[in-house]
Amino acid sequence: MDQETFVRRAEERWRSFAVALDQLSGSARRGGADFPRLYRSICHDLALARERQFDAHLVDRLNSLALRGHQQLYRPVTPSWQRMVGFWARDLPRSVWREAPFVLVAGLIFYGAGLLLAGLVQLYPDLVHAVLDPGEVASLEAMYDPSSPHHLRPRGADTDAAMFGFYIRNNIGIGFRTFAGGIFLGLGSLFFLVFNGVVLGVVGGHLVQIGFGETFGSFVVGHGALELQAIVLAAAAGLRLGWPLLSPGAARRIDALRGGASAAVPLLYGATTLFFLAAGVEAFWSASVLVPARIKFIVGGVLWVITALYFATARRRDGP
Amino acid sequence: MLDTVHRIETPEGVDLDLRVAGPAVRFVAWGIDLLVRFLIGGAIAVPLAVFGNFGMGMFLIVMFLLEWFYPVLFEVLSHGATPGKKALRLQVVHQDGTPVGWLSSILRNLLRAADFLPVVYGFGLASMIATRSFQRLGDLAAGTLVVYRDELRGAILMPSVMPRPAPLPLKLAEQRAVIAFGQRAPTLPPARTQELASLAAPLVAAEPARPADPVQHLYAIAAWLVGRRVAG
Repeated sequence: MDQETFVRRAEERWRSFAVALDQLSGSARRGGADFPRLYRSICHDLALARERQFDAHLVDRLNSLALRGHQQLYRPVTPSWQRMVGFWARDLPRSVWREAPFVLVAGLIFYGAGLLLAGLVQLYPDLVHAVLDPGEVASLEAMYDPSSPHHLRPRGADTDAAMFGFYIRNNIGIGFRTFAGGIFLGLGSLFFLVFNGVVLGVVGGHLVQIGFGETFGSFVVGHGALELQAIVLAAAAGLRLGWPLLSPGAARRIDALRGGASAAVPLLYGATTLFFLAAGVEAFWSASVLVPARIKFIVGGVLWVITALYFATARRRDGP
Repeated sequence: MLDTVHRIETPEGVDLDLRVAGPAVRFVAWGIDLLVRFLIGGAIAVPLAVFGNFGMGMFLIVMFLLEWFYPVLFEVLSHGATPGKKALRLQVVHQDGTPVGWLSSILRNLLRAADFLPVVYGFGLASMIATRSFQRLGDLAAGTLVVYRDELRGAILMPSVMPRPAPLPLKLAEQRAVIAFGQRAPTLPPARTQELASLAAPLVAAEPARPADPVQHLYAIAAWLVGRRVAG
């Protein structure tokens, strides 16, 4: 069969396939019952045209048709509401357990650095000036000074909303950067983890050391339950992403990286969720002057217990 | 061969060719998107300014979404292309040619933060140069490619001559070489054009009409091969 005959016989089919593609374009449908059969016949035509070394423009045209059909047919599914709810109800805590080594390492480094520095500041109070500059120290002390008048003035709901937006943009952005830094063999995530642990440890330790512990503690205890875990999860996701580059196992490094990336994504979603909830607590609850410190400690304690139970109980449900 | 074609094999057992996009065109697309993002942000900021601090909070959330999820939403919901990519006929696809989904789009776009380092996509560019299919770090982790939206190329850029069929049957690779000659030779110095045309001497010698100018003869065959049948 020469090219002319080939084109004459198949032209009608190609036209109707192009029409079907135009109609389906942009829709999530995979086409009618006829579509897959038509698509396979186009694939066959393309293979034939290549094999017979027909004209380049004909091969290009069939390649284009087959490619569009391929993209229409193999469309990714959009996640349903049920799956998203299921993610928070089951999959997130399970993936934290599945990636337990990474979460554990990230948690130990973060809390280790924080507690170590907080303790050192009790022994060597001047250490705070090695980490923070005098202006930062002064504004911190002003913010948490129990005798400062701003602890008596309620702030407007509109300021709460502005702070909510600020925490969303700033904190989740830092979480994403912590994750992305993981592609450099995990080093970027480690940097953010140690940096945040050191700064938070020094700040907390210093405020406790000068006697502002209660104002500081009652402010951070609520959202800290969520936000500190979010930092750990974001960094764990980064380590999960970068580790296969160091230790790819039997796979090629490039394939191992891709596997690590998909395994890291649930942790990243988890970190994002926690950052989001923490921003809400921090903006609308933590800074409220109407709530006594004691209530904040109680509510904060409850949040810590709920967070711990949420992640801890998944192991049992995971089965053997 | 040094080429920008990325070949995939479909489950139907046929190979499809994708043409991957290089750093320069992708950088321009990013610039267009930066402008679009700036305009969207500005358009939303004006009405929100009325609401004072509350509007400020909303605006910061919009900024957050524009910074991180603008490309994700467009890539997943609009044929794998942000407005900048669409303007330059680019498209994000998986390495197997299927349309990009939520997971891979989120991965490749969050990893922009790593590609952007140390200055304006420094690592991204290094990664694109080092990989065969111009993938930045985010593309490598997500398994994605940026390709030219497939369309019928070839007829453009071809010199206007009377098309004529090749005197011999040509293999597909040979056809591609003649077409590439027709598209690129007009931009080369005449001496180099002549030199390249002399490589195709058998094609000229086989022509019964004995063409005076081998270059024009190759142009005519190239025009025929891209599907032209009349002068133009």
